[in-house]
Amino acid sequence: MPALLEAENLQAQYGWTKVLHGLAFAVEAGGITAILGANGAGKTTTLRAVCGMVKTSGIVRFEGQRIDGKATEDIVRLGIAHTPEGRGTFMNLSVEENLRLGAYVRRDRGALAADMDRVCSYFPVLAQRRRQQAGTLSGGEQQMLAVARALMSRPRLLLLDEPSLGLAPLVTREIFRIVRAINKDEGVSVLLVEQNASIALELADHAYLLETGRVVMSGPSADLQRDDSIRRSYLGY
Amino acid sequence: MWGGLGEEHPVAQRACSMWWGGLGEEHPVAQRACSMWWGGLGAAPGGRRGAAPPQNLMDIFVQQVISGLATGGIYASLALALVMIYQATDVVNFAQGSMAMFSTYLCWSLLQAGLPYWVAFFATIVIAFVGGLLIERTVIRPVENAPILTIVIVTLGLVFIFTSVAGWIYSYIQKPFPSPFPSKPLKLGQVVLGAHDVGAICVTLVVLVLLFLFFRYTTLGLAMRAAAQDPNSSRLCGIRVGWMLALGWGLAAVFGAVAGMMVAPVVFLDPNMMGGIQIYAFAAATVGGFTSPLGAVVGGLLVGVVENLVGTYVSFIGTELKLTVALAMIIIVLLVKPSGLFGRAFVRRV
Amino acid sequence: MAAAQSDGLKRAGLLVVLAVACALPFVLSGFRVFQWTQVCIYAIALLGLNILTGYNGQFSLGHGAFYAIGAYTTAIMIDRWNVGYGWTIPIAGVLCLVVGFLFGWPALRLEGLYLALATFSLALALPQILKYFEHWTGGSQGIVLSKPKAPWGLPLSEDQWLYFLSLAILAVLFVLAANLLRGRTGRAIMAIRDNHLAAETMGINSALYKSVVFGVSAAYTGIAGALSAIAIAFVAPDSFDVFLSVTLLTGIVIGGLATISGAIFGAIFILFVPNWALDISKAAPWAIFGVFLIVFMYVMPRGIAGSLRLLWIRWTRPAVVNKQVQGDVS
Repeated sequence: MPALLEAENLQAQYGWTKVLHGLAFAVEAGGITAILGANGAGKTTTLRAVCGMVKTSGIVRFEGQRIDGKATEDIVRLGIAHTPEGRGTFMNLSVEENLRLGAYVRRDRGALAADMDRVCSYFPVLAQRRRQQAGTLSGGEQQMLAVARALMSRPRLLLLDEPSLGLAPLVTREIFRIVRAINKDEGVSVLLVEQNASIALELADHAYLLETGRVVMSGPSADLQRDDSIRRSYLGY
Repeated sequence: MWGGLGEEHPVAQRACSMWWGGLGEEHPVAQRACSMWWGGLGAAPGGRRGAAPPQNLMDIFVQQVISGLATGGIYASLALALVMIYQATDVVNFAQGSMAMFSTYLCWSLLQAGLPYWVAFFATIVIAFVGGLLIERTVIRPVENAPILTIVIVTLGLVFIFTSVAGWIYSYIQKPFPSPFPSKPLKLGQVVLGAHDVGAICVTLVVLVLLFLFFRYTTLGLAMRAAAQDPNSSRLCGIRVGWMLALGWGLAAVFGAVAGMMVAPVVFLDPNMMGGIQIYAFAAATVGGFTSPLGAVVGGLLVGVVENLVGTYVSFIGTELKLTVALAMIIIVLLVKPSGLFGRAFVRRV
Repeated sequence: MAAAQSDGLKRAGLLVVLAVACALPFVLSGFRVFQWTQVCIYAIALLGLNILTGYNGQFSLGHGAFYAIGAYTTAIMIDRWNVGYGWTIPIAGVLCLVVGFLFGWPALRLEGLYLALATFSLALALPQILKYFEHWTGGSQGIVLSKPKAPWGLPLSEDQWLYFLSLAILAVLFVLAANLLRGRTGRAIMAIRDNHLAAETMGINSALYKSVVFGVSAAYTGIAGALSAIAIAFVAPDSFDVFLSVTLLTGIVIGGLATISGAIFGAIFILFVPNWALDISKAAPWAIFGVFLIVFMYVMPRGIAGSLRLLWIRWTRPAVVNKQVQGDVS
């Protein structure tokens, strides 16, 4: 069965500087895949490349269709949701407005209210702060808002960029627990980019390790967890 | 057309020419000031009998404030257009006034072709909307990622083009422009109000309320706000940011057109008509805060009222220095609170 | 192409341009020489504005005011106090330096758009202020001067002498600016433009620098104004309206922000293109000018000098750039 998302020889550059040098990876339908690596390895760029936010060459396929070269707005409409690095919250809008924007691509506006309730059931704190300005939420709450917003579009693939960034460990665990629940209960596949390798490997089925724009290792996360060199270089023990 | 009096009123004419000392009745600022001044006096029944009956100071004050609100509403419309585009793109559209002027000329052509006023009015609004949208998509889009000053120069080019083409098609001779409101002034007790002034306020109010409802309660309005605040995150929500920008320009053009059509009856139609008004609009946006649409509106009303009151009560402010009042307001606000009354001081996290 | 080679090429190019510039007044008619004198004068003004806006990031829409101060200083000194025109130029420069610095100080609080608005208001108010102080400025009638003759018995016509005077001052001011901007001061100035918080943490006193830059920029523009009063032999308030300030801003953007040669390209543009537009269409010349502006900005968004610089980089160094990127880093 072809993977939900596939990339072949994916290259990307900022201006004249090339950052990705031919990546190949895949996300299986219903699975959680992690991309790991140190700072500057090109993890965030990979997600941006999938969404058409940087200049790319190579092939990216979503559900069998090529999406490389398409505009971000069009890619998102195909069923991919991306919570970017830094959350991408609309600071001056309320929580509710942020969620409504998440559902912008949907045709069935009628189900909007039901979906908001469903999404808020994953993140009860958001229901409490519905009318609050999003910029006044804490870092963890904003991350939850970002994931909730992504869910509002009923995506089949969720791209998560460094969800643990700047968050306390407890909050991070909570978010990852919810992501697992979303994956199980709603069947949303996840491509996760993380610096925090140990927590990412606990969540993901499959992982890729990036180093300066190239895949240097990949495999089921259990294997990577057991690999000594990875443990020492990236997990620190 | 002067505040309900009509040009035929001999006292108005003579007083105006004396007051503005040689500028001549055709000078746009003189005419506007005349309408404000004489708008307060009103026409005695029969109209040609000389000085109007005495009114107490409070009534005159109220009349001047209402008059100021009317012109203020026009400044507010144009200021709103400026702020909308600035919020979305960080670009000050120098061509806002010229686009408004050109839309008003188009309305004039429609009226010349025999269309009734309100049909021409709404047709012009539609044309202005489409025009503004197209200008953004065709003229601004190629440079939308260029440095800000580059885009500003492009808008400057548009100013030249609009002004010059209007002068070419319609000539630089001033044309009268009809007001849809009756020339007979309204009386509220002892207070006499120009019908055009009141009408202009009402039209401005309607437009502003519609705009508020649009932005607050519709999905498209929400998307436009989002696109203006954070284009990248908006793209990730599937919002076509380019088209949101174009919509913004379309709406801004509509405000400009409304402002133009409301002010043309007072200052007469000519290619440079909106020049002075655009400056007042800048003052309005500065006072209110370039980052706040509400501020633009309040700023516009404030500038209109202050300008009118200063012109009425401070005797040495002649025509030349009247503009300086607006400029002084800009400078004072910038020195005291640069982000304006309603603007958000931009706090940057380091 | 090695750095030394490209420097040598640039120097040779500069000498050629200088030689052509010196030969011009002997080849062209009096009126054309006058036009090229104006190009030199505009170039000085544009360089001044570029130092402030291009290199230091402070948007000024009011530099016409400094141009006017320079022009009127010269006119008043020549007309009322019989000062030799040569002396009026540096005096105008110093006066504008002080005024600019004093203006720059309160302007520190204003950024970007708000500074542009403040300077715009100044430019708007200026003609009225000039007319108001009639006793000094001659009011709306202005002040009439006479064109100076070539000194020391040089065999030059008035136009030719004024041209060489302007060219000489231009050359001196350009060299000064180049030295200033290419050294540490220039880097500090640009650092303030790009990220003034970071610049301050590096020990750059951004408040002082910004005010000084304002002063220097005003001085350059004031000198240009002084020269223009001498060359045109007439000053009147309406020549210094807001349109002049807008023209100057247009000049630096078209010429190229944060470039020195851009001042010359910009000056050529703002002087000659309106005339060409008039040749093309008598009915709506400004519309043609507007089209020129827009097309220029499409083709060269970073101005003429900016685009030339990009072309130069691409022509001389593409191989090096690609090699570094493709180099294997495993």
